[in-house]
Amino acid sequence: MRGTGVTRRQVMVAAAAREIRDGEVVFVGMRLPLLGFALARALHAPNAVGLFENGVVRDTPPVAPIITMGDPPNIAGALACTTLLDVMGHLQRGRVDVGFLGGAEVDRFGNLNTTWAQDGERRVRLPGSGGAADIAALSRRTVVIMHHERRRFPERVRYLTSPGYGSGAGWREAAGLARGGPGRVITGLGVFGFDPASREMVLESVHAGVTLDEVRAHTGWPVRVSPVLQTTPEPSREELAGLRRFDPDGMWTG
Amino acid sequence: MPLEEAVSRCVRDGMTVAMGTGLESCIPFAAGHALIRQGRRGLTLVGPVSDILFDMLIGAGCAARVIAAWVGNVGAGTAYNFRRAVEDAIPHPVAVEDHSNLTVALALQAAAMGISYLPTRTALGTDLVRDHPRMREIACPFTGERLLAVGALRPDVTILHVQRCDRHGNAHLWGNLGVSLEAARAAEAVLLTCEEVVDDGVIASDPNRTLVPGFLVRAVAVVPFGSHPSPTQGYLNRDGRFYDEYHAETRTREGFADWLERMVVGAEGHAGYLARLGEDRLAGLRPRESRLAAPVSYGL
Repeated sequence: MRGTGVTRRQVMVAAAAREIRDGEVVFVGMRLPLLGFALARALHAPNAVGLFENGVVRDTPPVAPIITMGDPPNIAGALACTTLLDVMGHLQRGRVDVGFLGGAEVDRFGNLNTTWAQDGERRVRLPGSGGAADIAALSRRTVVIMHHERRRFPERVRYLTSPGYGSGAGWREAAGLARGGPGRVITGLGVFGFDPASREMVLESVHAGVTLDEVRAHTGWPVRVSPVLQTTPEPSREELAGLRRFDPDGMWTG
Repeated sequence: MPLEEAVSRCVRDGMTVAMGTGLESCIPFAAGHALIRQGRRGLTLVGPVSDILFDMLIGAGCAARVIAAWVGNVGAGTAYNFRRAVEDAIPHPVAVEDHSNLTVALALQAAAMGISYLPTRTALGTDLVRDHPRMREIACPFTGERLLAVGALRPDVTILHVQRCDRHGNAHLWGNLGVSLEAARAAEAVLLTCEEVVDDGVIASDPNRTLVPGFLVRAVAVVPFGSHPSPTQGYLNRDGRFYDEYHAETRTREGFADWLERMVVGAEGHAGYLARLGEDRLAGLRPRESRLAAPVSYGL
């Protein structure tokens, strides 16, 4: 971190990559998760397969940098190009092990809001769900990647776009959701898991150089902390080499 | 037929129009610009991810309603005309029917199959489905499980931009397909814009690639670069800079008005729009290398 030449975003991407196990089917997002998937494939998960909601199935990084999953370098060399219903069918069928998500707000139970924000007295309309509600509802587990700011970490989201654990234990089952829920929340300050009983977010590690007070100051509820709080592992030499290969100019992780 | 004629033949005020069904590629921007130039009003816009095309149509006053999962700028995030319309009714109120990508796809697929709804397990428990005009929780008649029924959505017209088709509208398209196939089958009619019209034999040489059959198609217009600034695989790369420029220039209502006049209303059709972009810029967006698929044999 500070002084070592490793950026927070590199720590986040390396943490995201470690969430992908070999052989898993991954619903890949853009930006940091896209890099995380490339890194996982190159290091510890050579048999992972990526799905994109626009219909792309691929097991290699895009052949050139992309802005959206529909850009030509993400199509060229794909394993398959099909429909949204086809790839989301895999999701609903239960074949997707892990899906990556982001959002404007995440709350104590991992619910996400990408529909309405508040700026003082003003309601601000955000773009909406896209495929996020589907990935959150139907993946076997999800990993949420967020900037860690107090306004983005309210105790309860203003609008529940994409379901985490709702109001806590039993909520997903009662709502009719067949499976899933968030497994990790990776932020610029640390990594959270979820308590298996209460389904509440629990801080499991802080990134090197981050204090617990800093996490508390940027979170909108009294944060639960694991009794065995760790320091997030720094990216290894292999992970850093991979990040430099997939993001040579530091466009995403600089 | 010419783009303006194809658009005026297919789309009238008050219609429901699906566009941007490729998600982030093959967005029929040129056809959308023609709708703006023709002053269409009261449209219901349908799409999963609208790129910035819906933002342009909303800002130009063409849209009364949006049925979508995501309305923004795929390069820069916020779509300012969408925000102005929803938050402040500028230039007029626009109703929003919020969806997820899967519920839009299912609504179109239900219509494509000629049934009134399709069930799904997505979005249960979210605020998206609360008091939704097109979604109801139901019990599965076989298992009793809770499911979400998504009502059919039948556009009057689906507009697609494709790589190539024959003069009858039998269309080859490739790359990610999004909800394009479902939207084409759901609609009363399809309007195609294409990079090129090819001989009938070219289409029939590879029938697996014919993803929209011509009998669904009411009009075809040849519109090279008709998806700019979004990409069309093999013909046009993404103009990433355009998204940032549009974002900066449309931050205010006045800025958008200037942009619209310069790029769309005051341009002489699609050719005029391309001329304003300039030949150098367009040359930089053409694919630099071809990547040909291995041929397949349909031999007897």
